[in-house]
Amino acid sequence: MYDSIIVGGGPAGLSAAVSAVLNGVSKVLILERDTELGGILNQCIHNGFGIHTFNQELTGPEYAGRFIELVNENKIAYQLGSMVLQIINRGETKDVIVVSKEHGYQILQTKTVILAMGARERTRFMIQIPGTRPAGVLTAGTAQRYINIEGHPVGKRVVILGSGDIGLIMARRMTLVGAKVLRVVEIEPHSNGLNRNIVQCLDDYGIPLQLSHTIVEIRGNNRVESVTVAQVDAHKNPIPGTEEVIECDTLLLSVGLIPENELSTQAGIAIDRRTRGPEVNESMETNIPGIFACGNVVHIHDLVDYVAKEAEKAGQSVARYLSRSVQIDETIELHNGNCVTYTVPQHIRKEAVLDKQEIMFRVNGVMKNVVIILKDQDGDREIKRVNRLAVAPGEMEIVTLTKKEIDTVNKAIVISVEERA
Amino acid sequence: MNKEIQMTCIVCPQGCRLMVVVDETTGEIQVFNNKCNRGPVYAKKELTNPTRFLTATVAIKNGFHNRLPVKSSIEIPKNLNFAMMDVINKTEVQAPIKSGQVIIENILETGIDIVATRTMEAKNQ
Repeated sequence: MYDSIIVGGGPAGLSAAVSAVLNGVSKVLILERDTELGGILNQCIHNGFGIHTFNQELTGPEYAGRFIELVNENKIAYQLGSMVLQIINRGETKDVIVVSKEHGYQILQTKTVILAMGARERTRFMIQIPGTRPAGVLTAGTAQRYINIEGHPVGKRVVILGSGDIGLIMARRMTLVGAKVLRVVEIEPHSNGLNRNIVQCLDDYGIPLQLSHTIVEIRGNNRVESVTVAQVDAHKNPIPGTEEVIECDTLLLSVGLIPENELSTQAGIAIDRRTRGPEVNESMETNIPGIFACGNVVHIHDLVDYVAKEAEKAGQSVARYLSRSVQIDETIELHNGNCVTYTVPQHIRKEAVLDKQEIMFRVNGVMKNVVIILKDQDGDREIKRVNRLAVAPGEMEIVTLTKKEIDTVNKAIVISVEERA
Repeated sequence: MNKEIQMTCIVCPQGCRLMVVVDETTGEIQVFNNKCNRGPVYAKKELTNPTRFLTATVAIKNGFHNRLPVKSSIEIPKNLNFAMMDVINKTEVQAPIKSGQVIIENILETGIDIVATRTMEAKNQ
């Protein structure tokens, strides 16, 4: 019988495992389906990771390396090439069904589970680009894996759809390995990537960024031969007459990530429609007691440092759960107010809050000089107000409430963002 | 004559939009709209000697994967990007490699090393 089984050996799973063990949990097992630990960090060879956690800029493999060292130092068990098929809640214990070449079909019993499966990239078919179905249409992450790990060339004349950070990073990477990146096309009127990435990945190499445009057709028999770009209106509908055909052999898609929750859903875990991840409480615990979740499987993070921190909390919570130090008490809900698209956590058990509680959320538009207002729904009473110079949908916001402030809440917390006068 | 240049600071994820004024006779550089004092340092360097970290991969024989990730030991002069990539693209190493190991010493006589950013065991070990 394990104390905790962690599904996924990426940054969330590694950080959660280390935290659980450092907080006194003894029998921990990480299950990873890939052939090594580290998850997506292994292919993110660029630097810029770890500014918050390690106080320096590391590359993805270096960041993963730090956590893998901690896993080894603490003698945490892990099983590679192991695919979890199902998690069954049996009340006090859970069964984790896993299959691997090495061990075959296993039913592992555990007191707790931490879900750390991460996210998947959205594909061409999820955004429904019309046209033929030639080779050469890849997600940016797939191209990244081909180039940085497997060493396969991806293409010579490249168009990238989506200007999130993965798209920008791949524009630079493709250029450095000798491809011509013709342009980055973005449907929004602004990029969701960091300004610094626009400078050091696009401007440095003279790659144009075309805002308020999208791809309306892909052409080619065996291989991509061209894509058609068109301008979009305020509702993101292509404007007839603005089409432009660009000859290219590759189209990379960087059009968002979706938390990977097939296992969660099958186990009966409640999924938040806004985040597409499990609903969690203040301890990163799902609606099934003893099943916790952290990282991109819960909601998409901008920085791996935030993933590691959230996972650290999940690890601590497992230790508290196993020591039975938390009584289930009064729960308060968190609701979206003006301009807010989601919150994590979704519920808070007042008694379980230690000294403070972080609330993560996103806004629905770019705004300058704003105030974040937290109110108790009961009586519309203000709990806290925080000023920000700027907010954007691409940047997760964090507000910290003290235990004292949470104790004053009667019903539910509503978070809203307003422009300052 | 003063020349005005718009610039995005890339020191941290905030990405301040800097306004830089260059006095073309004296060469004096003034920086505005920076939220911290790293902005002017960046702007001056960007106008005189812009540098960047370079990350890439090299071919690795008998490794767990086909490519080994590497980085420049310090920031490189921006204009040497492609010249250094030519050297890096022609480099092949043999597994095993330790993270931090020097892969290309003193690349293009710049005093900068290209180092491995991960440990890679040999295949079937």
